[in-house]
Amino acid sequence: MIRFEHVSKSYKTSTRPALEDVSVSVDKGEFVFLIGPSGSGKSTFLRLLLREEVPSRGRVIVADWNVAKLPRRRVPRLRQRVGCVFQDFRLLTNKTVAENVAFALEVIGKPRHTIRKVVPEVLQLVGLDGKADRMPSELSGGEQQRVAIARAFVNRPLVLMCDEPTGNLDPDTSQDIMLLLERINRTGTTVVMATHDHSIVDSMRRRVVELSLGRVIRDDARGVYGVGR
Amino acid sequence: MRASFVFSEVVNGLRRNVTMTIAMILTTAISLGLLGGGLLVIRLIDRMQDTYQDQVEVVVFMTDDVSANDSTCTRQPCAGIRSELEQTPGVESVSYESRQEAFTHFNKLFESQPQLREVVRPEALPASLRLKLDDPARFAAIKQEFSGRTGVDSVVDQAQYLEDLFGVLNGVRNATFAIALIQALAALMLISNTIQLSAFNRRTETGIMRLVGATRWYTQLPFLLEAVVSGLVGAVLAIGGLLVSKALFIDKVMAPVMGTGVIPRIGYADIFYVSPILLLVAGSISAITGYLTLRLYVRL
Repeated sequence: MIRFEHVSKSYKTSTRPALEDVSVSVDKGEFVFLIGPSGSGKSTFLRLLLREEVPSRGRVIVADWNVAKLPRRRVPRLRQRVGCVFQDFRLLTNKTVAENVAFALEVIGKPRHTIRKVVPEVLQLVGLDGKADRMPSELSGGEQQRVAIARAFVNRPLVLMCDEPTGNLDPDTSQDIMLLLERINRTGTTVVMATHDHSIVDSMRRRVVELSLGRVIRDDARGVYGVGR
Repeated sequence: MRASFVFSEVVNGLRRNVTMTIAMILTTAISLGLLGGGLLVIRLIDRMQDTYQDQVEVVVFMTDDVSANDSTCTRQPCAGIRSELEQTPGVESVSYESRQEAFTHFNKLFESQPQLREVVRPEALPASLRLKLDDPARFAAIKQEFSGRTGVDSVVDQAQYLEDLFGVLNGVRNATFAIALIQALAALMLISNTIQLSAFNRRTETGIMRLVGATRWYTQLPFLLEAVVSGLVGAVLAIGGLLVSKALFIDKVMAPVMGTGVIPRIGYADIFYVSPILLLVAGSISAITGYLTLRLYVRL
């Protein structure tokens, strides 16, 4: 589903490459934690997946698309297949829960009857049925993150890319969010999650790819956050 | 593409930026109003050229002595000059207008201005020989040959008066176009600024749109339409302004000049003729400015 082949990425503003000769392959339906300290290259890894950046060297393949070679007009197609969830939720504060989720479908031109059908379904999946008409400010952090996940998942992406989705949440709420991500993973969606939360990584025992100074220093099939912890 | 979605985004965008939107509309309206004024002057000049082209004559004004004593141009020196003129190459026809005929003509021309008619006596108007030329370029030669002859006061080409009048009108047109251009620059900068502001205000929405795979067009269209809608509203205001100026200013202040028929009237039809041009200019310029702004300054 995702293949990084000897990928390096340098920014003009930095002397050290953000990623250096990274080769990682993620199969369809896998759940992968991307860990490492700040500045290790996790965000660059995720930005390359979305074609927010293009690699300086090497190839990034997502769902058979060579991301760097993708013509500009095809980039939206790629992004429709890769859902994103962020630490800061990025909800539209002037729209209700249902409108926030519907927004992701409206802007890619989905017909209204489809939106009316799938939005309640996905809200039920993330455990927000009954809160469709609430405003984001009326929700807890965990609930807001559920809305963000619903919005990322409503178009049934092949890959769900999560950038520290539990970074703003307390441990219990974080566990709930992880259960939800697991449930989404079980539907066959590949999940790539960048995190600093070692308790989550340790308890889930999923694949762990560790980055340090832009290089992959560890790739364990059922890993923990820190070796020997 | 969902029209209702794009429409609601446009309305929201305009509402959120209401002061900038109003400034943008007003500046565009003033610029287009001036452009429309300039276009109306062009129409006026064209119409005057059509009207006067066949009527302009070279006029040989006779001296007071001839004007007073020879009402039919059958005596010397008038008769001699007339027959010489008739044989001059380039002259198509010669007719004589006596002092009395000139006075009658004057009264008819200024029928709507009794004050002027009361002041002018027949003695103030000279008799004249009026020539139609096959070749207008012959005027200089005719003037040289007949100026200073006994009985001739002066030789005048009426086309020269028209040239002067057209010169004034062309000046008015150029001045309105120059001010319109400066206003247009201000309008363009305002459009560009408003779009950048609008894009900044909606950066969360557009960021999400980009991430969920909305096409560039879908993301940009609301901003473009905001610019075009403002431009078109500006054009409608400009057209309204032209109609109001016609009713309240041109018709009243210019009535004495236009009433004589020297300058043709500007009608509502003329304003409706320039309106589509203003709408087209407003729509296309704001769309192009919007598009360039989005491409050059805004990352969507």
